[in-house]
Amino acid sequence: MAEFKEAPAGAPAAAQVTTWLQNRFPTAFDAYKVHMSEYYAPKNFNFWYFFGSLALLVLVIQIVTGIFLVMHYKPDAAKAFASVEYIMRDVPWGWLVRYMHSTGASAFFIVVYLHMWRGMIYGSYKKPRELIWIFGCAIFLCLMAEAFMGYLLPWGQMSYWGAQVIINLFAAIPFIGPDLSLLIRGDYVVGDATLNRFFAFHVIAVPLVLLGLVVAHLLALHDVGSNNPDGVEIKAKKDPKTGIPLDGVPFHPYHTVHDIVGVSVFLMIFTAIVFFMPEVGGYFLEYNNFIPADPLQTPAHIAPVWYFTPYYSMLRAVTDPMVNVFAVVVALAAVLAVLKGGLAGKWKAAVLVAALVVIAALKIFDAKFWGVVVMGVAVLIMFPLPWLDRSPVKSIRYRPGWNKWLYGIFVLNFFVLGYLGIKPPSDIGTLVSQIGTLFYFGFFLLMPWWSRIGEFKAVPDRVTFHAH
Amino acid sequence: MKTLIRKLALTLGAALSLALAALLSPAVAATGGIAWDKFPEKRITDMAALQNGAKLFVNYCLNCHQAAFMRFNRLRDIGLTEQQIKDNLVFTGVKVGDTMHVALDAKDAKDWFGALPPDLTLIARSRSGGQGSGADYIYTYLRTYYRDETKLTGWNNLAFPGVSMPHVLWELQGQQRAIFADEKDPHDPARTVHVFKGFEQITPGTLSAEEYNLAVADLVAFLQWMSEPNQGNRVRLGVWVMLFLAVFTVIAWRLNAAFWKDVK
Repeated sequence: MAEFKEAPAGAPAAAQVTTWLQNRFPTAFDAYKVHMSEYYAPKNFNFWYFFGSLALLVLVIQIVTGIFLVMHYKPDAAKAFASVEYIMRDVPWGWLVRYMHSTGASAFFIVVYLHMWRGMIYGSYKKPRELIWIFGCAIFLCLMAEAFMGYLLPWGQMSYWGAQVIINLFAAIPFIGPDLSLLIRGDYVVGDATLNRFFAFHVIAVPLVLLGLVVAHLLALHDVGSNNPDGVEIKAKKDPKTGIPLDGVPFHPYHTVHDIVGVSVFLMIFTAIVFFMPEVGGYFLEYNNFIPADPLQTPAHIAPVWYFTPYYSMLRAVTDPMVNVFAVVVALAAVLAVLKGGLAGKWKAAVLVAALVVIAALKIFDAKFWGVVVMGVAVLIMFPLPWLDRSPVKSIRYRPGWNKWLYGIFVLNFFVLGYLGIKPPSDIGTLVSQIGTLFYFGFFLLMPWWSRIGEFKAVPDRVTFHAH
Repeated sequence: MKTLIRKLALTLGAALSLALAALLSPAVAATGGIAWDKFPEKRITDMAALQNGAKLFVNYCLNCHQAAFMRFNRLRDIGLTEQQIKDNLVFTGVKVGDTMHVALDAKDAKDWFGALPPDLTLIARSRSGGQGSGADYIYTYLRTYYRDETKLTGWNNLAFPGVSMPHVLWELQGQQRAIFADEKDPHDPARTVHVFKGFEQITPGTLSAEEYNLAVADLVAFLQWMSEPNQGNRVRLGVWVMLFLAVFTVIAWRLNAAFWKDVK
């Protein structure tokens, strides 16, 4: 235990209260230093560094508005839709709380996608921040589960049929699929049982895991320190006397006042949507979802909400010809590994056998199943990014110039996939999404090779910073 | 700081243009029917129009369709007193605080019309789509009924071909016939397509064509208002919130500058 301090006689009341608290709860004071006043973050943060704090803000918005929604919402298939309308019409300020929650869901994905993009372009996932990245990917996974299950709760047509379609996908998994989808639904069709368990997961289970992961994400970040747009380790150059990184500034007040600017601009956009266009043309609140769920009437076109559509596009891209393309790619990769991999004889045989097994599996199981696999792997492939990237530098600033184009095309491709996922399927759309899917996976799976090619620029010792 | 502001402005611009693009190409594809006419949006803020719409709604729609999420006394928001609502709009045995239910039995409805008439509380919101707003759709729909003896009800509709609801407002509009012509399909000369050429009035209604359009506009304004009774307040409040945030942003920006001026 720390030394018991004594406030000097006649000290002001505030100082006495502080001393009293310091003696009884020193942990809080230490935590304040470690995470705020003596957490030294690089001074050259740019625009992209707003989105971490904004994600935290949206998380708080979702939790607080969620609590108030649960006070009036009824997780009952016969009452759910009406209870949401009750919130929108009869509960004082209910409409505001509900619009904040529905807009918050989309805002969460916008902010998190931009936050992940920042990590990608500045190599924030690279050593020693691999674990921060992995916690972050797990947060993204939780967020997807949270959004998917939350979307069922208003019990509109799109809620209902979206859930029906996605849960049915699990049925495509060989052997366990039908039982698994039954387990998720709790019934043979989406119904009251499904609504109740999704409600439980949405308001308790997933948020608990999500909060735990956010804490781990932040603790790990504050242990190793933040990366920055130059990808320079600021801890390498410290003031010899104080031991403080020369390029670091205390998180509080410098980055807190900075983040408040980001928060206020974000809130302007957020409130503009909440107050002036809460449906955002049917993208944030789908029009069909203003019709109560009807198990007997399938809507003409079922599309997931926009934030899932890039992955949904990849799922739809996996047709029988696409599976053949996968088989050819696997065969080529195996042949290349055997010829150029420099493997011992035993390993060469292993690679060939593995490739044959994969190709056989591709041909044996349904394309629908491989679509589900592709959709899942498209998300999971984010996890090993720290080991896929073999570039000697972190930041895109010091990578070969053509990398900027590659990353740009990656984003464009993601947008195109997202757009196609909203639209009803078409021949040309399927072809484009197939090419897009191959590019998406090629970007990650070939990264160990392409990330080493080209001329890297010299990384400076200190961060580049222009005083304001 | 300059680059920061520039980037913020750029993002704001990008976000706004994305939002605009989203609004211009709504997410839901439209199915069937003709292009929608534009609902005269000004009527949504016109109290007299909304009150007339409420009257038409209660007299013509509320016999078969319900508005199960809408309370009668919410009509105070469009300038009616509770007594006026009780005297003119609420019928036998219903309390003014009740929601707008109908006596029509679901099973009977199915037998008579082949389908349960949908709840109209949210109809204006749920019918939005690729061609326009839900209000545009209903405004078009209620004006494009025509006589069609091949249908069970004797009525058909251009915006909703094969609709099972007969023309409830026919006394107001009168009866009209649709004139179609067979024309060559521009995409395939071997085929002909049925093209709508216009309406022909068979019997006059109690309203002139212009009066009828206005009456339908009032009814649609009411439906649009009912789908979110708070929509006007929402926008008015939003302006104040935005003004507050604009001031707050300036303060936050200067606060940030005050701290960062010492960081070299």
